[in-house]
Amino acid sequence: MSSVRVLVGTRKGAFILTSDGKREKWEVSGPHFGGWEVYHMKGSPVDPDRLYASQSTGWHGQVMQRSNDGGHTWEPVGNKFVYDGVPGTHQWYDGKPHPWEFKRVWHLEPSLTDAETVYAGVEDAAIFRSTDGGKNWQELPGLRGHGTGPQWQPGAGGMCLHTILLDPANPQRMYIAISAAGAFRTDDGGVTWQPINRGLVSPFLPNPTAEVGHCVHHVAMHPSRPDVLFMQKHWDVMRSDDAGENWREVSGNLPTDFGFVIDVHAHEPETIYVAPIKSDGEHYPPDGKLRIYRSRTGGNEWEALTNGLPQSNCYVNVLRDAMAVDSLYSCGVYFGTTGGQVYASADAGDHWAPIVHDLPAVLSVEVQTLS
Amino acid sequence: MIRVVLPAHLRTLARVPGEVELTVEGPVTQRSVLDALEARYPMLSGTLRDHVTQQRRPFVRFFACEEDLSHESPDALLPERVASGEEPYLVVGAIAGG
Repeated sequence: MSSVRVLVGTRKGAFILTSDGKREKWEVSGPHFGGWEVYHMKGSPVDPDRLYASQSTGWHGQVMQRSNDGGHTWEPVGNKFVYDGVPGTHQWYDGKPHPWEFKRVWHLEPSLTDAETVYAGVEDAAIFRSTDGGKNWQELPGLRGHGTGPQWQPGAGGMCLHTILLDPANPQRMYIAISAAGAFRTDDGGVTWQPINRGLVSPFLPNPTAEVGHCVHHVAMHPSRPDVLFMQKHWDVMRSDDAGENWREVSGNLPTDFGFVIDVHAHEPETIYVAPIKSDGEHYPPDGKLRIYRSRTGGNEWEALTNGLPQSNCYVNVLRDAMAVDSLYSCGVYFGTTGGQVYASADAGDHWAPIVHDLPAVLSVEVQTLS
Repeated sequence: MIRVVLPAHLRTLARVPGEVELTVEGPVTQRSVLDALEARYPMLSGTLRDHVTQQRRPFVRFFACEEDLSHESPDALLPERVASGEEPYLVVGAIAGG
């Protein structure tokens, strides 16, 4: 029988939640790496028991962990992230040049074809790759070395590379996103990159349609249609049908188009989910009602999903990597909150229930569907 | 034999229950002690000092013999009582936050 494993990164450690395919009863394991921030954990599609975790603190910096048994045991691996060559500068908050400084790993993306290969998106923004299971890391310098690099500027959360999407149909193609530089694509395996931000409008920029500088919060893709991308931007929910060459807004009837997460149904490429947040100054749901919004039309037409979610006095946030879907029938949808809840829906969002109530603030949620 | 006391998070990471005992060849300095520590516990590399600059991480402090040695040169000799193993070299996570 199928089962699911939910990997939860929090401000104070990692938790692993497991259930059978009914997704009604859950076992909770953790905290792993207690007291450390775990920005992200993700399993290899090739070997689901191979997990990677990013663990950090302000005191001791970055530690990388690897498990070969589905998270029962862990071993520290390499944490040496050194920018290629002379790092150079990007812009600081005041617009002045600031040297590139490694701070932490925000996102891990294991290869679709090799359990030993994994990509890391880091702050200050860059992408690294390991081909030996996380022991050694090498930067793909063509991204940071893109001509616009000196113009990149941190968002409020730092200048982080938070999204990595691997194209299952084209091993040479990857998408990444950076706050606050925008989205980029490579078509040659990470050697060269191009900004893919045409159609994004950011009124806070001197040039609102600039090539870079957009605060992209998250990007999602359905593996069956890797040219179709969905983006939650600082404000605006966007869609591209041509691998990011052009974007159009699909915020439609959302109560607010500010938010962090966006994800796609496992079996319906036009069904997408967002968690609207009131504003950039008020990072909580509008009206104190926690509502996930679902569009079955690839955007523009949205319905509120509320069954089982708190509909009064709820002032949590859902961070950019804190939503995921399983691939069971019907599709399970999961998200975590800064209030420490992880909610699950086993019916594509129609009904929700919390798996756990009182974890530390949730930074990331990933799901593995196991057979 | 040099005795080193690590903060709780790093004891967990290195999987050591208490004090670490190290053999240090040559002069006993912050640098030689940390080199020996990282050689024996590679998972601690980068958690006490920066991989590239080798500078102490800002929220890591070094104490011994009731003195704050954090700002000493990494190549300054540590107190004789540390070198002899009479006193431990304390690695401390700075108290930070509200």
